This record gives sequence, structure tokens and C-alpha cells, in this order.
Amino acid sequence: MQVPGGWFMTAHVLLIEDEPNIAEAIRFILMRDGLKVSTHAGGADAIEVVRTSQPDLLILDLMLPGMSGFDILSALRADPQTEDLPVLMLSAKGQVRDRAAAKKAGVDAFMSKPFSNAEMLASVRALVPR
Amino acid sequence: MPMTALTGSRVRERRLQLGLRQTDLARSAGISASYLNLIEHNRRRIGDEVLARLARALKVEAQTLSAGAEGVLVEDLRAAAASAGDEQPELDRVEDFVGRFPGWARMLAAQHRRMGLLERTVTALNDRLTHDTHLSQALHEVLSAVSAVRSTAAILAETEDIEPDWRARFHANIHADSERLAVGAEALVAYLDAASEDEEQGVVAPQEEVEGWLAARDWHLAELEEPGGRARLEAEIEGLASAAGRAMARDWVLRAEADARAMPLDPFRAALRAEGDPVLVARRFGVGVLAAFRRIATLPGAIAGLVICDGSGTLVFRKPPEGFLLPRFGAACPLWPLFEALAHPMRPVEAVVEPAARTRRRFRARAFCEPHHPQGFAGPELREAGMLIEPAVPDPALVPRAVGTSCRICPRAGCPARREPSILLEGS
Repeated sequence: MQVPGGWFMTAHVLLIEDEPNIAEAIRFILMRDGLKVSTHAGGADAIEVVRTSQPDLLILDLMLPGMSGFDILSALRADPQTEDLPVLMLSAKGQVRDRAAAKKAGVDAFMSKPFSNAEMLASVRALVPR
Repeated sequence: MPMTALTGSRVRERRLQLGLRQTDLARSAGISASYLNLIEHNRRRIGDEVLARLARALKVEAQTLSAGAEGVLVEDLRAAAASAGDEQPELDRVEDFVGRFPGWARMLAAQHRRMGLLERTVTALNDRLTHDTHLSQALHEVLSAVSAVRSTAAILAETEDIEPDWRARFHANIHADSERLAVGAEALVAYLDAASEDEEQGVVAPQEEVEGWLAARDWHLAELEEPGGRARLEAEIEGLASAAGRAMARDWVLRAEADARAMPLDPFRAALRAEGDPVLVARRFGVGVLAAFRRIATLPGAIAGLVICDGSGTLVFRKPPEGFLLPRFGAACPLWPLFEALAHPMRPVEAVVEPAARTRRRFRARAFCEPHHPQGFAGPELREAGMLIEPAVPDPALVPRAVGTSCRICPRAGCPARREPSILLEGS
């Protein structure tokens, strides 16, 4: 967010993705676009990480070790502190069924792998307050 | 709704073909015209004697008039109607249809069976895609690697001022991911190759395949009565289409071999004649009741039918007795004594049952359930229940238990155990 006076309040994106190379690529793209990006690879402790880091946008992989993206999402939606947090969900089996289930679970955007970097940027820009 | 019987309709049909009046036919068959009228309208059962006389008078074989093969055909057509959806045929005239157009009726029944097989194939293939963890893992692996490669390669191609450190890292990442992609693609190819080899699976349910084989052998495997006979069955088992069917056939043969060894043919027959009761016969030979059931139902020329279910009530073995229709697939009638036995292991359950067929035959059903603990105290209890089904000795004083085959094709109105509406009651 650009504040009068010229300094930037950088939006913070939390990326929960267990594939390190995908995480690294996404981090690079988003950082280049001027966002602050932190990454996390685990599923089981994901909710706690979201609560403490308080991101402006959560990018959440569907298949995570320990806990599925759906479980994490429903826990976040049930918590007043995170119920409005924008969530972009990633899935490596971007089938119609997953997309529908994700929508029902309350994601703001859904993207199936493999995505293009331009798609990723467009989705993130649409969800992050600037 | 009166119980209808094909026999009566066929008598009427044949009489009209010959241009006879009811009174003429009744006189030559030696019965009253009013009785014949009731028979023709399927309101009276016909005894073998009267049927024979009617057949003579109508110049046909008695079995042409009785509900033999046509009865099964009628059941098949009812089942076909059950899956017909909105296009409901005239169910009340199904017997008329079978009588008048037997060729068309057989074709329709055959098509229905074929459709069932195809539907199962589609379901099996669908299941493979959605539930096959191996396939889904292999795909996930490939998609993840492709995803990483795509993003990373795009970064390298599109970012002109990329720092050398980052560039080196991304190059290394692409290299690693391309290796992973190669391995994943190979795994996928290997999987699909293997899958196409056992493509025939799911075309016929493996259980049906085994039952078809045993039925063709008249349910008795004579080879097993001699030592070492099992090896001679191997060639036939190899001939079964699916690997699952072959495995199930081998399991059955192993059991049958043990049964044959524990209950040699002649002593077993003698014991069965002397005792008559499977529980007592089993005790004589020191075997379980279900083993005795299996032996009784698979003796040479045995008329007894046998169904065996596991703890979930799923029928895992079906030898249909004549005149007692067993469900081809799906769940059976919950009123069968089989399921009563399943709930009370080691307690013999006996009942005279009357299936909801036009023949109104009665059967003596004896059921027994044995629990197994293959992992001892630490493991689960597995249950296996069997029901021996034999023609009942006629007893007018006894009220039989009204049972069916499966709710969908069961005509019994007001059944307390009904779990889904019957196509035979809808709209009536």
C-alpha cells in the first residue's frame, strides 16, 4: 500500500507449500513484484503459523504433509481472527471436484498446477490490498 | 395385487391358440370350468398332476406351460425395468410379453445383462481414476515437477536482470525437477502398461466369474476327492479371465479340498442320511458347521443352495437353489435367516421361507454364523455366515416367513424391512 509521504507498506504474503522449488519460484516472482513473502512447508502447524505471522494473503497448497489444505482452510474460516483472510489455493490435481470443494470451503481463488507466472501474479494482485 | 403366474397365462394363451373354450378344455383335463378359469387368471396354483393333464389336452409338454426358464426371464426383465428410469414399461404385462415374444424378451434380458456389465466396467474405470492412490500419486508427482519447471523456466527466460546467485539456484532447481519429471513419467508409463494388461478386470465381477465356473462344473469338483487332485484344476483356473477371479477360485478350491479331506464322500453321505442335521453332521467329523454346509451344497447333484456372507452382509458366495432367486449384485433381503444368524454367532437359525416368486415355493433355510479371530486377541473379529437353502417339505399348517430377493424387485407390499421402493409396487 502506498502511503502519502512516499514509503511503502509492503503487503505480506504467506505461502504454505511443501514443494521447495515451487515455493522458491513463487517467492521470487512475488518479491519481484514488491511483496513481502514468507514460506512454510508443513501442514500440521500451518494454522499456528498463520495466526502468528498475520499475512495479508495466504497461498495454500491443497496437499500438504500432516494436514490437507481444506482442513486448514476450515479452521481458519472458523476463527474470527482469520475468517476474512484472503486465500489462494493451489492444487496439483486441479479437477473440477477440487475446484468446487475449494469454493465451498471458502477460498477466494483457486489455481491448478502447472500455472503460469503471469496467472499467479494476476491472482495475487487481485487479492492483495495495495 | 394378486400373485400372478406365468403358467396360468400360458394355459390361456395356448387354449386360445387352439380355439378351445374353457368348458371344452376343462372337460378334457377332468377339472371344473370354474377351477380352470381361476388357474388361467393365475389365482390358483396348479399341481403337477393337473398341469400334466392340461398339457396333454393342449398337446404341449408340461414344462412348456410351467414357469421354468421363462420365470427366470421374467425376473431378468423386471430387473431391466428397475433400471429403466423414466421409461417405465407395462410391468403388469411382463408375462404376457415373455409368452408372446420370447425372442424379443430374451434379447432384452441379454441386453440388460450386457448393460450391467458395461456399467460396472465404467464404474471400475472411474474408481481407478479417482481412488487409485498409485495413479493419483504418480500424477501428483508429475504435475508438481512440471509446475516447478514451468515457473522456474519462465523466471529465467523473462527476468533480464536476474542476479547470478538466483540464476544458479534456479538452474539447479530445473535440473533436479527435470530428473524428477523423468522418473515420474516412467512410473506413470509403467503403471498404465500394467493397467492395460489386466483391462479385462471389472468386465465380469470376479465373484460371478468363479460362480459361473463352479456352476458349469455343477458345483462339485470331483478332482478334489483324490489326493493331489487340486493340481489338475489349475489349468481350468488359469482359464478364468481376471487375476482376481483366479485368486478367488484358488481360495475356494483350497477350502473345498480341506472340506473333502475332512469329510470323505461316502462316510459324509451316510452321516447326512443318518443325522439330517448339518450341525450334528459337522460334529461327527469334527468340522465347523459352515464346512458341513459347503460340503452338503457341493455334493454331486446336490439340490441344496448355499449363500455365504461376510460380517458386512455382503454375499461372497452364491449357489442359487432352483426357484429361489439370489441377487446378482447388491444387497439381499434383510429378512433372510442368514442375517439373523450373522447377528447371533454360533446359534443355529432355521426358518421356512417363501420367496416372492410366482411359483410360491417354500424353502427350508438353515443359517449359521462362525466368528474368526485370525490375529487372536489383538485383532478384529471376523464373521462368516452361511445359509443352506433346500426345498421345504409341504406343511399346510406352517406359515412361512415371507422373504424376497432384493427390495428393488420385490413385490411385497407393506414389508417392515423395506429399504427402498420396489418397481413392482410403484403406481399400484
